[in-house]
Amino acid sequence: MEKLTYFPGCTLKDTARDFEISGMAVMEALGYELAELERWNCCGTVFSLTEDDLMHQVAPVRDLIRAQEAGSEEIVTLCSMCYATLKRASLFVNGNQERLDKLNAFMNKEVDYEGKVNVVHLLEVLRDRIGWDAIEDRVSRPLDGLTVAPFYGCTLLRPKEIAIDDPEAPTVLQDLAAAVGATPVDYPFAVECCGAYQVVDHRDIVIERTHRIMSAARRADADVVVTSCPLCHYNLSDTQKELVRTVPDYKEMPIIYFTQLMALAFGVDAGKIPTALRAKLKRLQPAKREG
Amino acid sequence: MAKDREDGKEMVRIHVMGKTYSVPAGLTIMDAMEYAGYRFTRGAGCRSGFCGACSTVYRREGDYRLQFALACQTTVEDGMYLVQLPFTPAPRAKYDITKINPNENVLLQYYPEIARCVSCNTCTKACPQDIQVMDYIQSALRGDIARTAELSFDCIQCGLCSMRCPADIKHYHMAQMARRIYGRYMSPVPEHLEKRLQEIEEGKFDAELDRLMHVSRKELEAAYAARVREKAPAGSERSE
Repeated sequence: MEKLTYFPGCTLKDTARDFEISGMAVMEALGYELAELERWNCCGTVFSLTEDDLMHQVAPVRDLIRAQEAGSEEIVTLCSMCYATLKRASLFVNGNQERLDKLNAFMNKEVDYEGKVNVVHLLEVLRDRIGWDAIEDRVSRPLDGLTVAPFYGCTLLRPKEIAIDDPEAPTVLQDLAAAVGATPVDYPFAVECCGAYQVVDHRDIVIERTHRIMSAARRADADVVVTSCPLCHYNLSDTQKELVRTVPDYKEMPIIYFTQLMALAFGVDAGKIPTALRAKLKRLQPAKREG
Repeated sequence: MAKDREDGKEMVRIHVMGKTYSVPAGLTIMDAMEYAGYRFTRGAGCRSGFCGACSTVYRREGDYRLQFALACQTTVEDGMYLVQLPFTPAPRAKYDITKINPNENVLLQYYPEIARCVSCNTCTKACPQDIQVMDYIQSALRGDIARTAELSFDCIQCGLCSMRCPADIKHYHMAQMARRIYGRYMSPVPEHLEKRLQEIEEGKFDAELDRLMHVSRKELEAAYAARVREKAPAGSERSE
């Protein structure tokens, strides 16, 4: 089984546990082990845009050092926010000797970071290394008849230096959905921002966005929204509860991680799946579903 | 760095709060300061490296870095610049351990400042116990209470981590809470202890205890000398 140096990030150990559970399960089914990086720390959460403030690069660079210590030149993340922060930090320091020297001098109890670790997102591994055909081959319960609305959010696609796909017209989540037998739908808000941390101080912004995004997915006949970002997942699901209470006739739309979609098609541990989606799948795959 | 000799003893020079003294080599920082005439009314406790009262900050000549130690455990070096920190003004969260909900966010709830950690590792560098302090803050952030308890186990609450932290985290108080939660809600219950407690409650040892309360000192000493000793586990050595 091939090992991938896996960076979980705080959320996958907390509110996004189902993302990790399903991610581990589908990768094992594909012959890969997500080997958790030892002594990893917070990725830094949000990439610091201040060019001369290296202090905020210490957290992500320390994680790159952990990968270097583990003998790996690559970190794989599932969380798109961790991906963005670590990737941008790596591009910011890799090959820039002045920044490396400064950071290494500050982190004098660590081995020097050599600037060679690359950060990739699991979707890139699935698309570029494993391939849709191999994923299709592994499917034991095709999700025929299930319509999927991909929700990319920001951090997989912006800024374009770190985009894992075309920032304006990405296809990786649609291709993945198709590989597991589902039908991806086209709708205008797949690359929209969910409102991110506005949820803390301006919850109304996120509620309004969720309404717009979810209604568009509903109009496109989607059964489920699929994402790779724990913050998008949290914002969309949490504010949706309010929409259910306050908007007449609003129907809740299930939201899951892309690894959960794969796990459902592979017949492996998908973590907690929203009841509405379970019911839908039961109708679609009556013979194949077990209790 | 010339060393003096006094009465045939090798001496070293130390600087205590800016003043220079000549003290015998080989003394601990605490003993050396007392030799120099300081009297500890605070900042000294067990003198055995367990209580964490004698936090010391020092610098060596020619080195820009600050070093951290316990005064009772560290030997003086020639050219040390010393200062004692007898108290850490760190607030501690109030909670009733029997009433908290031991979920993964409980540490963040009582110590929200841990989310300010930027992974600078200054706390780890300051720890005289060589604890991976930053690592346990990171575990706490992701709700891993067991790991936080385990990594912080050797903490003696000296407070140097919290004095150095640029994010004003109160590491040691937070970690103590983690260990308490672990002890109360997560660590496995030792069966033999439960059994023994039940035996005590049922009065199994009452008669024996009553008897011992009334025997003479001589008989008590004889019984103590003849007591059955528990064997040390294989591979461990114990000196009496």
